[in-house]
Amino acid sequence: MTAPSSLPRQVLIWAAIFVIACVLPSLFRSGFLVSVLSQIAIMAVFALSYNMLLGQTGLLSFGHAVYYGLGAFATIHLLNGLGKSATPLLVALLPLGGGAAGLVAGLILGRMTTKKAGTTFAMISLGIAELMFATTPIFPSVFGGDGGFAGNRMAGKGSFLGLTWGPQIEIYWLVLFWAFVSAGLMFALTQTPLGRVANAVRDNPERAEFIGYDTRQVRYRMLVLSGLFAGIAGGLSALNYEIVTVDMLNAHTSGSVLLMTYTGGIGHFFGPVLGAAMITLMQTLVGGLTHAWLLYFGLFFLFMVAFAPGGMASVLSRQSALVKAGLWRCLLPHYALAAAPAALACLGAVGLIEMAYALLAGHDAASFMGTSIRLHTLLPWLGAASVLIGGIAGLKWVIGGMSDAWHQALSQLQGGKP
Amino acid sequence: MTASVPALCISGLRKSFGASEIIRGIDLDIAKGERHAIIGPNGAGKSTLFHLISARLAATSGTIALKGEPVTGLKPFEINRKGLSRSFQITNIFHSLSVFENLRSAVLWSLGYKYSFWHRLSVLRDAKERAEHVMCDIGLQNRRDTAAGILSYAEQRALEIGITIAGGADVILLDEPTAGMSHSETDEAVALIRRVTENKTLVMVEHDMGVVFGLADRISVLVYGQVIATDTPQAIRANPLVQEAYLGTTPVSGNAS
Repeated sequence: MTAPSSLPRQVLIWAAIFVIACVLPSLFRSGFLVSVLSQIAIMAVFALSYNMLLGQTGLLSFGHAVYYGLGAFATIHLLNGLGKSATPLLVALLPLGGGAAGLVAGLILGRMTTKKAGTTFAMISLGIAELMFATTPIFPSVFGGDGGFAGNRMAGKGSFLGLTWGPQIEIYWLVLFWAFVSAGLMFALTQTPLGRVANAVRDNPERAEFIGYDTRQVRYRMLVLSGLFAGIAGGLSALNYEIVTVDMLNAHTSGSVLLMTYTGGIGHFFGPVLGAAMITLMQTLVGGLTHAWLLYFGLFFLFMVAFAPGGMASVLSRQSALVKAGLWRCLLPHYALAAAPAALACLGAVGLIEMAYALLAGHDAASFMGTSIRLHTLLPWLGAASVLIGGIAGLKWVIGGMSDAWHQALSQLQGGKP
Repeated sequence: MTASVPALCISGLRKSFGASEIIRGIDLDIAKGERHAIIGPNGAGKSTLFHLISARLAATSGTIALKGEPVTGLKPFEINRKGLSRSFQITNIFHSLSVFENLRSAVLWSLGYKYSFWHRLSVLRDAKERAEHVMCDIGLQNRRDTAAGILSYAEQRALEIGITIAGGADVILLDEPTAGMSHSETDEAVALIRRVTENKTLVMVEHDMGVVFGLADRISVLVYGQVIATDTPQAIRANPLVQEAYLGTTPVSGNAS
């Protein structure tokens, strides 16, 4: 968790994200891409709200999907309740209803979860989430049973600023609007007394009590506000997909927001956005290519935890600091040298995994680059394994020099500072 | 020392952990504006006494009054809000926050900003000025944006004192403020403590006799959970009971100027 970056850099990142988010859909004009972008924006809000707990207050929650799911259900019920009177303007405001549901859930559940931090908080959050999920079949009128609830965001007549929320691109603009409003508010919160004291409570809860703060009250307030934004994200999801199921508040959803936030980087405000984008892309793009995508995702997560515990954001900020200091030139040859064996190792691993998956699925052959590979012969296995081993050996060979250069650059970077 | 209501009034204080009684009936009045040192051999219960006064631990029996107001059974943050602040023997700071953010966090409650999420920190001039004032007091103005966790040991000890005094409490408890410091660092720390506790009540636990005899108006000697003597430094030095129980038979050497 590094010192907060300077203001101009923050402004630059906001502007860059805004431009990318606005330009991408018109560049590609693909409905699929727009729906992926909507999903990324929704998940970014959800992950940012999660990081209010994990990164800013030091609370590891295993049940954050509760606030997200309740926000989604509140929104879909509001949408259906409005029926034909759901004018486009009202529909645009519905995520706020989701936010209110998340807030109220936080007010109630937070009373129980925030008494203690650490493991106690993690376990109680998990327990409450499981309890909520287990009770959903008892209230089919609220949670809709297995099928969930569907809605129609175009039930009302008319338009708002020419928008009817029919085309995916229009709902994307709506999602983007609320995502920026939410992210802006969450960023503003980090610059307030509560936000700063939450950091203090994260670092040292004992000392926080000796500067006048009731740590439980700090945790409670952060959780309630986090619930608000998770609820907004849930509401956006309800409008985007027009269907809400109980899967949205189960442990799997809680787990994936944790993974997004962590791989993105909990020490940087924008880390969770990066994680949300990365993992949503993996889910949709890699998920479309292979059934083994969860395995790849697991490997990716393991890799991040082992080699970049600060997340992608900290990797990027480290590299950008090196670039700024002009030290990147010394590292670039090493990176280039490592790229080839790394690619080989990945190729070999992917080959083995894909063949194993195909074999387990009962296929006799798998196609690779147009040629058919017979899975019951030894050759393709040996080939993939030797590519993997060769890649790893190559990496071992170059990694020493790279790590020396890396540490040298790092010490120069730190020595260069007064 | 003629103030009517003592800053701190401890009576009949006891604390047991299981069967072992660590604090065995302490009565102690500390006047407003006094600089009071608590000394005693290792394991005498000095730190436990501090934990009881600051509510980190709950007393088994007995009462504590702060400026005439009973505070027994309150939480640490409640006592802090009533104007008592303490430092820790083992450095207890907000390690990933910068020096400035450590100090600014420490002034927020006393300035009334509480849990506010509707004020922007950057426009709170009073918090900024007070934090910067304390930062100059403790001599860390050149380390303003350095993360507290990577400061040197002496700097962290100074920050520890800074966080303690930043909230403007008028009763200050310092737990071994010069522990582990070199001679020159100790001299600086003593000057710092003298400077920042002016017009305040100071209670400190200290092992360095030079610091104790140089700073304290009165000294209490704690042995096996009981105060065996409370008096001026001169009288404590001459007290045969203290010499026997704590200092051995050798009188304190001349490093107490």
